[in-house]
Amino acid sequence: MTTTTLPFAGKKTTYEQEALITGAEAIAVACKLANVDVITAYPIRPYDTVMQYISQLVADGEMDCEFIVAESEHSQFEIVKHASACGARVFCGSSGVGWMYAMECLTVSPALRVPMVCMVGNRALDDPGAFGVEHNDALAVRDLGWLLTWVDSGQEALDTALIAYRVAEDRRIFVPLALSCDGAFLTHSQALVKVPTAEQVREFLPRYNRGDLLLHPDNVISVAPQCNEDWVMEIRRQNFAVTERACDVIREVYADFERIFGRKYGNPFFEEYMTEDAEVVLLGMGTLSTPVKVAIRKLREEGKKVGFVRLRWFRPFAGREIAKCLERFRAIGVIDRDLSLGSPDLSGVVATEVRSAMYSSASTRPPVLDFTCGLGGREVTVPDVEEMTDIISQAAKGKSQPLTQWIGLRG
Amino acid sequence: MAQLFAVELIYRGIFQKTLAKNITRGIVLAAHNEGKLGISFGRYGDSPERNGIPAKSFAIVASDEQTLEAGMAQYEPKQVDVTVVLDDTLCKGTESWAWYGLRPVNGALKPGRTLIVISLQDTPTLLKNIHRREQPYKLGILKGVTSFSGMWVYKDDHTDVRVLGAIAKALPELVSLKAVEQFINEKLKNALKVTSARTAFDRFTAIEVKPGQGNAEELEHYTLPKWQDMRLAVSIKGQPQGGPYEDPVTKQAGGFRPVRNELFKKYSTRSFRPVVNFATCTKCTLCWLNCPDGSFDVTPDGTYDVDLEGCCGCGICEAVCPVKNCITMINESEFHDNERQWVSFRKDRDAYLKWLEKTIKKAEPIEQRSQGFRYRGQYQEQVPVALEVAQKS
Repeated sequence: MTTTTLPFAGKKTTYEQEALITGAEAIAVACKLANVDVITAYPIRPYDTVMQYISQLVADGEMDCEFIVAESEHSQFEIVKHASACGARVFCGSSGVGWMYAMECLTVSPALRVPMVCMVGNRALDDPGAFGVEHNDALAVRDLGWLLTWVDSGQEALDTALIAYRVAEDRRIFVPLALSCDGAFLTHSQALVKVPTAEQVREFLPRYNRGDLLLHPDNVISVAPQCNEDWVMEIRRQNFAVTERACDVIREVYADFERIFGRKYGNPFFEEYMTEDAEVVLLGMGTLSTPVKVAIRKLREEGKKVGFVRLRWFRPFAGREIAKCLERFRAIGVIDRDLSLGSPDLSGVVATEVRSAMYSSASTRPPVLDFTCGLGGREVTVPDVEEMTDIISQAAKGKSQPLTQWIGLRG
Repeated sequence: MAQLFAVELIYRGIFQKTLAKNITRGIVLAAHNEGKLGISFGRYGDSPERNGIPAKSFAIVASDEQTLEAGMAQYEPKQVDVTVVLDDTLCKGTESWAWYGLRPVNGALKPGRTLIVISLQDTPTLLKNIHRREQPYKLGILKGVTSFSGMWVYKDDHTDVRVLGAIAKALPELVSLKAVEQFINEKLKNALKVTSARTAFDRFTAIEVKPGQGNAEELEHYTLPKWQDMRLAVSIKGQPQGGPYEDPVTKQAGGFRPVRNELFKKYSTRSFRPVVNFATCTKCTLCWLNCPDGSFDVTPDGTYDVDLEGCCGCGICEAVCPVKNCITMINESEFHDNERQWVSFRKDRDAYLKWLEKTIKKAEPIEQRSQGFRYRGQYQEQVPVALEVAQKS
């Protein structure tokens, strides 16, 4: 009745090693280390880099798993959903419209409590057909009970993939988790990544135990029957309970990660950069952190007190903590690499969430401006960041500013 | 003075869905002729597109807009002034497709109000099936066979207007015969239907059913669990495997009886049931293999016995059985319990076979047994018979 975990097939590594790999490859390495049982794949750029690397690992005998190339994203996610219900540790992923094509499976899986870990190589939603990064693909599941996290480096991708398994497969959670990586900037660029040992990972990551929810002939259960209005609210409430405790579980897992691997992430939910004495801050998710940090260092030299907050976890949204962090600044600029067309103040998803969190939990009301920026993979440049900083600095001085502005747009 | 009325129609999906809709619409439109307002709707959660599934349709009528709104401010009326049962086999109780257990057809009636059943049977026979209750109510029969009127190609047999006529008699405060006639003349434009409605009005009578009178079966009640107590992952416990079937005479065990879901018996979907001749059974296994609900048990002697709590009456067993009259579908109104046939057969073989022969003979010819399921156009042929019955009654 327990999950059959095959012996670790890779080369035995006693010491942490360094590898020059892309963010996607870092996640593939994490899958190998986590000894994932079932992996499904269907090509779409930029996610396909991860399947290419995993198939290489399987072909080289470094990794032992069921590697299934499905005939569509829909089947791809259905296969891992069922495998996960049968007690297999699974990995899957997609990008852009491929992710959206799997939407039926994505919507049903939180209530079915399957801890699928998926990588979303963030990509603009067609049309127009485009490969570049935009966050609306992964964000499409934000209200459905998924956990959602964004990473900004190969190292963080590898570490967070391991953390993702530990969090998702925790009985208190048992919901699918999407690990978002910005297309191109992270999925396709190689950096030096510290690869932990199999022993460390084994200590960190216990076997996936589905217990009484295991779909198995020896544990006769029927999953997902049709039901009427007398049952749906109670089932939804069970998923709500997951979101109530998710922050605590994530904190616990990061503490354990630090103990075993020795790498510190501090606050799991967001990273603060030069915020200590900052008067104004920018806030964003993913790889735009690089130009923002570079620009901030430059602005600091000019004496401008600006900082940066990078969100790691979007679901759960650690609203109270984020509000407590942001209430001390005089103005906040949210960089949204996504759209929420027609929303309040026409702002993006992240800005709308931040404002909502501030409204309920912050003791001050600093202006929260939104910048629509870097859509479709457009570069977020250092001058862009300088422009945004200028706007929020003006707002901090009391100058009225439009709540949503497009940055880096022609015309 | 503000007045609020609710009428409930209990019918079989999908066969009577249009008929039920036509009747509830007719109630609202007829009552509107007298200045009343109303709404008509089918119970959404019933899934009435499924064959034979017990389903409900409602009409709410009020003297004014605010009173109507008060009547509408709930999923469905909890208490009704008239209940109409469009198929008398439903008198055994109804079970929605979700998990409510069996519910009596008179369960929602306000004390003293009227239950109308379309049937060829008499009230004592119907009361063998209709569950007893603590408050008195009235029971009236509208003579007729189960109608498919309004369904696709099936001919109109005036059941809709006959029900409206009966309602006008049972509850004139809701709608008068005059208003019904006006509705038929203006909306249905059919003079013969006016006559049918008037005839039904004239002939309809109801008897008083006293507290405690009726089927004594104790119905199960379920308490829905709290969210904390429900299993995770939208999962429900499966059934254990089951075991051998015990011979009631020799006490020898053999064969196989699977364990079935006790919370969802679904037999109220059945308007016909299979009766089995264990003496002519060749043990070919076809009924057992083909039953979509796994309702057959293997007896110790290798024949197949129906679990009548699990059978929804689809008739596939009869269709696949290669032996003439070995499995025969018989109208459910002939029966008042779900006792096991093989047990009766084992206890008194001769008496069982005699009963079986009599029962099957009553149902001959075979074409008349299944309400239009047998061949195209069969129902149309039954319409004159139905009208004749209606006129004679």
